[in-house]
Amino acid sequence: MAHSHATHATHANTKKNYTGIMDWITTVDHKKIGILYFGAGLFFFLLAGVEALLLRIQLMFPMNDFVSAQTFNELFTMHGTTMLFLAALPLFYGYMNYIIPLQIGARDVAFPFLNALGLWTFIFGGILLNLSWFLGGAPDGGWTGYPTLSTFNTAHQGMDFYSIGLQIAGIGTLVGAINFLVTIINMRAPGMSFMRLPLFTWATFITSALILFAFTALAIDLIFMTFDRLFSARFFDVAYGGNPILWQHIFWIFGHPEVYILILPAFGIMSEVIPTFSRKRLFGYSSMVFALALIGFLGFMVWAHHMFTVGMGAFANALFAIATMLIAVPTGIKVFNWLLTMWGGSIRFTTASLFAISFVPTFVMGGVTGVMLASAPADYQYHDTYFVVAHFHYVIVGGSVFGIFAALFYWWPKMFGKMLNETLGKWFFWIFSIGFHLTFFVQHFLGLDGMPRRVYTYLPGQGWDLSNLVSSIGAYMMGIGVILLLINVVYTIRKGPDAPADPWDGRTMEWTVSSPSPLYNFKQTPLVRGLDAFWKEKMDGNKGMTPAEPLQPIHMPNGSILPFLMSLGLFIAGFGFIYKDYDFNNALMNGLFNNYIVIYAGLLMLFGSMATRCLIDDPGYYIQPEELKEEEA
Amino acid sequence: MKHRLFSGRAAALFAAFMMLLLAGCSDRPSPINPAAPVAEEQFKLILLSIGIMLIVCTVVFVLFFIVLVRFREKPGEVKIPKQVEGNHKLEITWTVIPILLLLILAVPTVALTFALDENHSDVEGTLNVQVVAHQFWWEFNYHDLGVYTAQELVVPENTRVQFTLDSADVIHSFWVPGIGGKMDTNPGITNHMYLDMPAVQPDPDKNIYVGKCAEYCGEGHALMDFKVKVVTQDEFNAWVDSMRQPVQVSEAAQRGEELFAANCISCHAINGEQPSPSGPNLKGYANRDLVGGFRPNETQWVKEWIRSPKDVKPGATMPAFNLSEEELDALVQYLFELR
Repeated sequence: MAHSHATHATHANTKKNYTGIMDWITTVDHKKIGILYFGAGLFFFLLAGVEALLLRIQLMFPMNDFVSAQTFNELFTMHGTTMLFLAALPLFYGYMNYIIPLQIGARDVAFPFLNALGLWTFIFGGILLNLSWFLGGAPDGGWTGYPTLSTFNTAHQGMDFYSIGLQIAGIGTLVGAINFLVTIINMRAPGMSFMRLPLFTWATFITSALILFAFTALAIDLIFMTFDRLFSARFFDVAYGGNPILWQHIFWIFGHPEVYILILPAFGIMSEVIPTFSRKRLFGYSSMVFALALIGFLGFMVWAHHMFTVGMGAFANALFAIATMLIAVPTGIKVFNWLLTMWGGSIRFTTASLFAISFVPTFVMGGVTGVMLASAPADYQYHDTYFVVAHFHYVIVGGSVFGIFAALFYWWPKMFGKMLNETLGKWFFWIFSIGFHLTFFVQHFLGLDGMPRRVYTYLPGQGWDLSNLVSSIGAYMMGIGVILLLINVVYTIRKGPDAPADPWDGRTMEWTVSSPSPLYNFKQTPLVRGLDAFWKEKMDGNKGMTPAEPLQPIHMPNGSILPFLMSLGLFIAGFGFIYKDYDFNNALMNGLFNNYIVIYAGLLMLFGSMATRCLIDDPGYYIQPEELKEEEA
Repeated sequence: MKHRLFSGRAAALFAAFMMLLLAGCSDRPSPINPAAPVAEEQFKLILLSIGIMLIVCTVVFVLFFIVLVRFREKPGEVKIPKQVEGNHKLEITWTVIPILLLLILAVPTVALTFALDENHSDVEGTLNVQVVAHQFWWEFNYHDLGVYTAQELVVPENTRVQFTLDSADVIHSFWVPGIGGKMDTNPGITNHMYLDMPAVQPDPDKNIYVGKCAEYCGEGHALMDFKVKVVTQDEFNAWVDSMRQPVQVSEAAQRGEELFAANCISCHAINGEQPSPSGPNLKGYANRDLVGGFRPNETQWVKEWIRSPKDVKPGATMPAFNLSEEELDALVQYLFELR
């Protein structure tokens, strides 16, 4: 923890200096970890985007044979899995890591070491999952991995990569969530009461609570699947008293909150960006917080609306239909509050605000189709058709991804110290959003016209040809938009102008520190005097925050290679489990894998690193006030 | 009555939306072009929900555009707007009105959910059919009539059919979009669903409804289609009778019969009074429109199918048969005499 008590100064160790790549691998700094999350998330986002483009080539024409059925099934499985687990959430984690401590006036997160562990388990889990492409075929059971389709074929290892890769990546997600919860509860600056938290911090807090409960459910389901596939358990096999529906219930108890895990941070971002660019405080702050909490709570009460056609009976279906419709109420509150925040404001159109503002109508469109889907008997028609695909892409692209891009342009100056190019940014916004609507709007009608989802092809003469072509063209426009973003990023890194500390006339405390923020964030912990802490100071004619403490030594944690090694150990053991019964036609490989030597080696690395962490104490180091003054000079 | 609720603009928008909706669709039966009572009830609910949602969208979009036009920053002007905390009356309004709108949708939703869940299997006049889904084909068993078939569900017009839904392997979903919604077939857990069949149309093509597997079930999922043939009660009785007759083939098909006995009979029954061992029952095959569920039932495609089923339909579980051209011709001739 980033303490700042001078009395501890005498116990401090010396600072460990790492440079270059070792600096990034060993870092426990929330800002570097945030950037790594962001970079890895962006990489997986591009990967899953390419997968989507391949899918859309295949579906461009009826009976197209660009890829085989098996490849198509692997592509859509990995597109969904990668986007949800390895792209969207890590991108949000990137922002959260960088921004949350700054927004609450803290010097780091509560558990810097754990933070690094979460990052590296996510990265190694993601790599493990994606290596399946080169090792005999990717997962092919859909991102929802329904048994018994996902469990009966043990000759194809794809779903083993899914269950073990996601399990390892999931550790990272859980660890990260616990860290955010503790950080927000314990490390707020003096005066930063809960009802003065910026909305992005609130959204992070509630999202983390959802992750804590939802990802545990997923972990259990994945363990069942792993045991069924690798250890001949029979959790989902009816012949042995198992039940395939068990997976679906547990999966959606995770899976529906997962949807809110992806949208609530976007809600938080909107509630930061819209007030900033309207120069107006958020309308109805307390009802916004209440709506967030209510959505989070109701999110756990509605999982079975993904299972209306499973045959749960009228009572369950009716109950879950009503519960699902209820979620529209807090969501509506949020939408109107955003509109009223802009009402009477002075709206500036930057790339960030364009994404944030256009989020409102696109998200409403995704939301209303959600209510339509909640009507169970109508869902018997919509279920598993392109109507559902259109709905969740409106919510996830029109919601989460628009949020991610709004945040990208909004916080890029803070994270990287450079201003992204606005002209290129606006081109990116228009091409991407037009492409987005072209791609997914027509899919509503494809679904209503009876086109099932997850089909690798479709027969001609059903009236679906034109819509599919339009959809594919739209997808390529989105692709071109993202290329413009990448050009913008490369251009900015090389030639972009340096960012001032407060480029947008911001309202919250991340804009009080330099861009990028210094290692210790705040020289002196700030005193928070109200909601929109920085804006309040500005309105009172102050240049910055009032310090809440004298200038004194700042306690900092030392970097450590152990989180990296622990994750690497899990990664190696994961391979050992996947291939424990595999015949390599090679005596050495068979000896290593079939005798579980690889598993033991990986686990030894994991537990050895844990033991090292426990036995060898590293109390960190202090930055002395003299050094801080030198820097200022 | 409902029209009075709409403003002129909303009504115009609704009309435009509905036209767009219908323009994209052929006259093929579908969820939004329902051909039978269950689908019609579901379509009414779909329309009601679209209507309510269009009201919501219109309100939001109109507000949205007013905001964008009126409150954009004027060039050169840097003003600090009034910092409004909130407004209880407004916030209560947009909490209560959505609740009322949702109630309008919730009542028929609950009513129809319970109505569609009823089991009519013991009601006089109901036809009971067991559906068994396989990777990647459909088995239809009329246990009450002692008739067993596959891929083509023959049903009498204006009849209520109570389906018992089972699966032989993984989860599938039984769906005839023009006739009604879908229900999953779960291995080891039997589901029930009823559908009401439409009346016979003068145009014979219109009496055939496409059925689909809606739950992703593996490689051949996209092509796991089946057909529902709606016939008159007399035609149905005649079909049942024909299914009970033993297969009789001409002299010319003798060679094919031998080949069938040597290669095919271990999986495919040709007796309509028995469930088939593992592949589709081929009794009445000559009358089917499709081979493999989606290709026209013509010599060329049947031969292609027997030579290599997986190339026609990925993931098909039938093995490839290495038969000579002459043997294939003989086999096809025999198949085309299976009435």
